[in-house]
Amino acid sequence: MSFLNLHMYGLTAPLVGAMLLYAAGRLGSRITLPIVFGSLSISLAASVLVFAEVLHVGPFSYTVGNWEPPYGIELVVDHLGALMILLISSVSLAAALSSSRSVAADLHERRRPFFTLYLILIAGLYGLALTGDAFNLYVLLEITSITTYGLIALGRGRAALSSFNYIVMGSIGACFYLLGIGYLYILTGTLNMADLHRIIPLLDGRGAALATAFAFLMVGLWIKMAFFPLHVWLPNAYTDMPDGAAVLIAPLMTKVTIFLMIRVMFSIFSPVYEFIQHMGVQQTIVGVAAVGIVCASAMALGQRDLRRMLAYIIIAEVGYMVGGLWLANAKGMTGAILHIVNDALMTLCLFLAAAAIAHRCGGMEFDRLQGLTRRMPLTMAAFIVGALSMIGVPPTCGFFSKWYLLLGGIEAGQWLYVGALIFSSLVNAVLFFRIIEIAFFPAAAAGDHGGGPQTVREAPQAMLQPLLVSAAALIGVGLATGPIVERVVRFALPVGF
Amino acid sequence: METLLDEIVAKYNYWIYVVLMMIGFYAMIGKSNLVKKLIGMNIFQTAIILMFISAGVKKGGGIPILDKQAVLERGVEAASIVNPLPHVLMLTAIVVAVSVTGVALAILQRIHGQFGTLEEDEILEKIER
Amino acid sequence: METSFWPLAAVLISLLGAIPIVLSDRRPNLREAWTVLIALGKFAIVASLLPSVLEGGGCRFTLAEVVPGVPIALRVDAMGMYFALVASFLWFCTSVYSIGYMRALNEHDQTRYFASFAVAISATLGVAFSENLLTLYLFYEMLSLSTYPLVTHKQDAEARSAGRKYLTYLLGSSVALTLPAMILIYTMTGTLDFTVGGILAGKADASTASILLVLLVFGFAKAAVMPLHGWLPAAMVAPTPVSSFLHGVAVVKVGVFSILRIVFFVFGTGLLADLNLGAVLTALASVTIIGASLVALTQDNLKRRLAYSTIGQLSYMILGAGMLTEAGMTGGLLHLSMHAFGKITLFLCAGAIYVAAHKSNISEMDGLGRRMPVTYAAFFLASLSIIGMPPLGGFLSKWSMVVGAIDGGRLVLVAVILVSSLLNAAYFFPIVYRGFFARDAEDGGEGGIREAPVLCLIPLGVSALFCLVLFLWPTLALQLIQRVVSP
Repeated sequence: MSFLNLHMYGLTAPLVGAMLLYAAGRLGSRITLPIVFGSLSISLAASVLVFAEVLHVGPFSYTVGNWEPPYGIELVVDHLGALMILLISSVSLAAALSSSRSVAADLHERRRPFFTLYLILIAGLYGLALTGDAFNLYVLLEITSITTYGLIALGRGRAALSSFNYIVMGSIGACFYLLGIGYLYILTGTLNMADLHRIIPLLDGRGAALATAFAFLMVGLWIKMAFFPLHVWLPNAYTDMPDGAAVLIAPLMTKVTIFLMIRVMFSIFSPVYEFIQHMGVQQTIVGVAAVGIVCASAMALGQRDLRRMLAYIIIAEVGYMVGGLWLANAKGMTGAILHIVNDALMTLCLFLAAAAIAHRCGGMEFDRLQGLTRRMPLTMAAFIVGALSMIGVPPTCGFFSKWYLLLGGIEAGQWLYVGALIFSSLVNAVLFFRIIEIAFFPAAAAGDHGGGPQTVREAPQAMLQPLLVSAAALIGVGLATGPIVERVVRFALPVGF
Repeated sequence: METLLDEIVAKYNYWIYVVLMMIGFYAMIGKSNLVKKLIGMNIFQTAIILMFISAGVKKGGGIPILDKQAVLERGVEAASIVNPLPHVLMLTAIVVAVSVTGVALAILQRIHGQFGTLEEDEILEKIER
Repeated sequence: METSFWPLAAVLISLLGAIPIVLSDRRPNLREAWTVLIALGKFAIVASLLPSVLEGGGCRFTLAEVVPGVPIALRVDAMGMYFALVASFLWFCTSVYSIGYMRALNEHDQTRYFASFAVAISATLGVAFSENLLTLYLFYEMLSLSTYPLVTHKQDAEARSAGRKYLTYLLGSSVALTLPAMILIYTMTGTLDFTVGGILAGKADASTASILLVLLVFGFAKAAVMPLHGWLPAAMVAPTPVSSFLHGVAVVKVGVFSILRIVFFVFGTGLLADLNLGAVLTALASVTIIGASLVALTQDNLKRRLAYSTIGQLSYMILGAGMLTEAGMTGGLLHLSMHAFGKITLFLCAGAIYVAAHKSNISEMDGLGRRMPVTYAAFFLASLSIIGMPPLGGFLSKWSMVVGAIDGGRLVLVAVILVSSLLNAAYFFPIVYRGFFARDAEDGGEGGIREAPVLCLIPLGVSALFCLVLFLWPTLALQLIQRVVSP
């Protein structure tokens, strides 16, 4: 079973790549990109094979260094994890292609440290998707966070301050998570997720301590994923970071954290614990998610900068997924898991488009976008596909996850949440058509052009092609929703759903 | 009242950590000087590390280095040694905390270079302008 | 029902056809050749599917299985075929007309125009051939989006605000009303397939069904039922071929078609009759018919007058269906094609007048009929058809609806139809009268004949002729409708 090791190659390739890059990079900048693309391609190939293997054979696990669990660290490759590594490695390869151009333009001499951090971040995300150990999860979470702090600080203007504020908030989140793990360890004496899952139901009479642990874990992760109202750090951080980093961080960070919440909820604790033993909590969280969706959408309306607007939309989307998971029925969870994939892809598409636009227009304030459909038709076409997916227009994938979320909401009788989803779709429609309208109409001052054709000046191929691929993926994944749900997501739901 | 007091006295170490955490938390949220925020963050992390370490300690427990011969003859007497796992984990946590502090300090230097101050309100004022 | 690739081909040919149109951007003749070729091909494919439908067969094609029980699938049945025939035939006419119109006015961005048009007709056929509500919704949204560049073609401030209104009404209503209704139906029944006799029977009580019905009637805002009609007059800033085809035929008829689809195949006429919900439809439709006709009287801009006339006529079809009698439903469906041929002729005439004389207000059109006799003759024929005079097609549909209303014992509906027909006459005849008999202020009618280009004249002549032909030989339409009304 050589497949048992494949995911390790996928995990170590970017890590080794990062070290190589930093060590050998001094020799010259020409080898930077080959190392980056080489390691990410290996990672992607490994993920594809592991994914295929999981589909055929089923989940398997791997003990690092042959230390048997519960003492050693276990890597678990189940359906959800395999889906996540496939998502992470494909998104990161597409993002890296685009980054290679925008970084060359923005950060000339700092390209090497940038890509070193970039690869470590990807390795960290990859590890998060696989780990079966609660403490290891903390370490990997901090690896991804620290690299993210660094990448954000590479941006211009206010970036350093935004990064510092993110450090403070992020550390609070991480400490809360660590505290929760501490409680669990004191209660159970183990850190292995499978072990915790087995022992927790046996703990009688320690309900208060267990609930405290659970609350700390959740709040910690919520801060990291920017769940309303713990989202304050996100808009600045996501607006100020370099374009090259945004295309990677925006699609993946929040989504992977939501995946971690699924791990904590269903792999460490169990649906019985969350939904049956503590019924009231579920109502409250779905309610908060609904309020969060509405507030974040409303705040997005007030923005005059494309990337800042997208940042608020991301916060609203986090509400979609958290709410969907806490609906406590199979449809809602299916929708949430599907939305992790879909939201990552549509955020990728929109941020790639934003990066391409920034590359040509020098910024993302709405005023700069006038007449853009004429100047960058392909970029705008891809942007429109991404926008339609965010609004939820079939056959783009955004429609189908929203469909499941709405079905789940109706089944659970959570009308507030259903209303919030529809409200947010409408707001997204307003948001994106405002941009499309600006881009479609020529600049008012373009008197000298006389309405005649302006020259087409697309973004460079390295930025355009991943963008077009991601836009095509939105439709492809949308049409493939049936098989994805049937063959992957159904197995990713916790037992009993 | 009596029992509550007993409870506090019996677990006084944990209560100290809670107090430490609150101090750190206050500094992170309430202070406007960025270095003080960072120090608050460190206090916060230290409190959690201490909590883990306390969890591993046992009264009268020795160091967890065992003589192979003795173990083979008499087996391990768990009560006689402290639990090493939390301590090992905290080594990792300390590494994480130090790295975060390092990154944060580097960023603070950049902020200072860029704005000439580390007071948050003054920086915001400069950005506004 | 056999699986066949042809329904997909009928939808896709113009969608893929947009690619060669875009690629031949710099060679207008080649581009127009593509447009005509694709239009012909499309009509040929649709027509080739007709015999099997008439025999009671039909065919289907599943594109993807997306949600359990709800694939994205196409199916050709009598009702879809009826609409598809009308739409694809009129698209061919409009394509020819567009070429003449756009060239005569030397419009900008013609490539974008023809490409968007091709996508829009694909979406229209997609709606016609949808097998379930989800597929219909998909193509419905595609139509809203692909027509946005057409509506805002002028790209000035007026077009901008019209485009905004257009999308706000159409997209807003479909996301806020249709989507929730669709999901509710799916939750209740587990399917969204269009089934003869409906899928909601026995699954929805009276209050749920009436809420769903109202949600869907307003959700399909393309049918322009008042008060969600404001987008249609606003959309008249578009070039005239767009107004004629999209806002006389494709877009608005898609709205009505969707409503009729859900009335016949989701609710089922039986359920509506049991719950007495036909009254909801007829009440909404009657208000719109009378209201829109009154507003039309006050409009001086010819295209806006036609737009309000369209709003009123669309509700006729809903009115007919809402009567829930066989004759009424036949009349409603028949009106779909009769109105399509009539209204497209009227719009094409308005465009021809604009091309030849650069006039768009009725008050400026005095004496124009003497200079443009062909155009005005066609206009006269088409307006007679819309009013419902024999020997023109509109008479048949209105007659059938009146019979349906009497069958159902709803004399008030007879009154609505008669009053509205009088109003129709009141807003159409002055135009024709002014054209032929009023004295032209400019040159006293001495300018000789100055018609629009021949590429514009032929299509409008053909469609006007069809108003007559449909009165004499309505057999094919009636055969198809028969299969829908009494399966």
